[in-house]
Amino acid sequence: MLKIKNLKASLEDEDKQILKGIDLEIGAGEVHAIMGPNGSGKSTLSYVLSGKGGYVVDEGSATLDGADLLDMAPEERAAAGLFLAFQYPVEIPGVGNMTFLRTAVNSQRKARGEDELNAAEFLKLVRIEAKSLKIDAEMLKRPVNVGFSGGEKKRNEILQMAMLAPKMCILDETDSGLDVDAMKLVAEGVNAMRNGKRSFLIITHYQRLLDHIKPDVVHIMANGRIIKSGGPELALEVENNGYADLLNEVA
Amino acid sequence: MALAANKVEATEALIAAYPAPEGEGKWSRDARARALETLRQSGAPVRRDEYWKFTNPARLLEPVKSATIMETDEAPVFDGVDKLLVVFVDGVLRADLSDDLTMEGVEIETLATAMSKDIHWVGDVYGVLEANGQKPVPRPFAALNTAVATEGLVIRVTGKATKPIAFRYLRSGLDADVMVHTVIKLEKGADLTLLENGSGAARFNSSLEVEIADGAAFHHVRTQGRDHARLAATHIFARLGKESRFKSFTLTVNGALTRNEAVLEFTGDDAFATISGASAGDGAYHHDDTVFVTHNALNCESRQVFKKVLRNGATGVFQGKILVYAHAQKTDGYQIAQGLMLDEDCTFLAKPELEIYADDVICSHGSTCGAVDEAAIFYLTSRGVPKAVAQDMLVLAFMDQAIEEIEDEALAEEIRTRLGDWMERHRG
Repeated sequence: MLKIKNLKASLEDEDKQILKGIDLEIGAGEVHAIMGPNGSGKSTLSYVLSGKGGYVVDEGSATLDGADLLDMAPEERAAAGLFLAFQYPVEIPGVGNMTFLRTAVNSQRKARGEDELNAAEFLKLVRIEAKSLKIDAEMLKRPVNVGFSGGEKKRNEILQMAMLAPKMCILDETDSGLDVDAMKLVAEGVNAMRNGKRSFLIITHYQRLLDHIKPDVVHIMANGRIIKSGGPELALEVENNGYADLLNEVA
Repeated sequence: MALAANKVEATEALIAAYPAPEGEGKWSRDARARALETLRQSGAPVRRDEYWKFTNPARLLEPVKSATIMETDEAPVFDGVDKLLVVFVDGVLRADLSDDLTMEGVEIETLATAMSKDIHWVGDVYGVLEANGQKPVPRPFAALNTAVATEGLVIRVTGKATKPIAFRYLRSGLDADVMVHTVIKLEKGADLTLLENGSGAARFNSSLEVEIADGAAFHHVRTQGRDHARLAATHIFARLGKESRFKSFTLTVNGALTRNEAVLEFTGDDAFATISGASAGDGAYHHDDTVFVTHNALNCESRQVFKKVLRNGATGVFQGKILVYAHAQKTDGYQIAQGLMLDEDCTFLAKPELEIYADDVICSHGSTCGAVDEAAIFYLTSRGVPKAVAQDMLVLAFMDQAIEEIEDEALAEEIRTRLGDWMERHRG
């Protein structure tokens, strides 16, 4: 599914390399988690993969089912099946949540040569998905993320993910700013989407989210590299001992 | 203060360029004489004048150059609205293309008919609201319009008009230089919607005087046509009685030079007014909104909402003032002017002014200019929305704050569609 080879990337405006050679392979249907101390480059990895401006790829490659992601515009990456759930979803005053969702869904369908959904078909789909995420009609009508609580914003991300049905989902600290109940709701939304074909990359600081979304593989990232990979027990180790031991091990 | 010799010369040249109407009734001769006197006192505008610093008046003074007419296969604006249609071609009312000027609760006459009489009620409004609006800021092109305009309508509304009156300004000549002057008097509790669309002429000077009596309501939605090379100087003068309502919105896309002036005065308590505009320019485009709102009564609310999207050398200007007299307590004045720059070549100039003598008022104003929010663009594109579409969505969202000032949702929706079409045609 997702293959990242020796990926090195820097900030465009500063001569500062953030990713210093990432190697990562996620198979179809797998759930991988990335943990790591602040500033290790986790969010940067998600931005470089999804095509945010302000970064320069110095070296390496990233492919999704063999297609070169780094060569595509963000909307092409999305149409190819990549999705990033933002750590800080952007508020867009004046653009209705429904209008946005429908434009996004239909843009992707169009890009893939599929028929666009009409208003009725779309509404039917969105109602089903919104209900399971406890998103009410009022939230759908409001401008994108404007006036949403932290929990509402994250649920709105999962709603978008459900509607767009990507094959590779990256969740960037989706647990941050969530209370226990909201986290469960989000995790259920993610778990409902797990299947043998869809893959996940979950970026998180805490073991807690991984109690709800069980990963197949856990990676520890530090200073722009993946320094250790292992099973779910690796996340527990971090939870109990922090990153110090792991960092020392590598040093 | 006497005018400088060169300004006197320019003023006389301007007056001489337009023939004085002949054979009119007494009231109109008087009104025209007063307007000429006003014009001679203020003089033709020059770049040095305080309110012409951002907009060079030269092209409004020079002999008019020919301006190409945009041919489109689009339906005319407001085509789907049930309306009383009034068609002007090169500024001349064409009865053959217009509906009958009759509607229940509304009396409509041509300006020329009213002018031919010695006594007419319109004498209390024609040139009177305009003259009030000349202080403290001179509006020379409005004075000129009052002095020479012979085309337009005189409308008295006594009840709730059953449908909007719609002016459609067509062009046939490439170099028409025209003036249109319309007076609308809304009696107590009356209600009228006026729609205007079209470029009108190569150079189009319009003046609209609206007297709104107690409890009456006036709605105005205007689009200024798509011709690129046309010039326009438009004026709205409105006087608001007790508990009256005034709402005016203008969509301007294209046009080499547009100066839209609006002068509103609250003379009765508890009234409400909003004056708003959305303008979009690409390339050789200069758009100027100059607004003056005077609060001369208790507990009135005024809103000025102007949005401009600019690219490729276009210029947007906003000069907006709220004047609150000492006795106009409980005034609620709001003013926002924002420019959205789609590239680094465009200019947005704003001069918000508040002059407040009352001590129990709320007056706020804001002016910003900036680029499209890159974070929002990334968010939208990361969901698969193509960049051009994402940008259009953000521009329309930005403009919508002005469009939302339109009360009628169907009219607002038509404006959104027209603006959306413009965005699509002008993608970078």
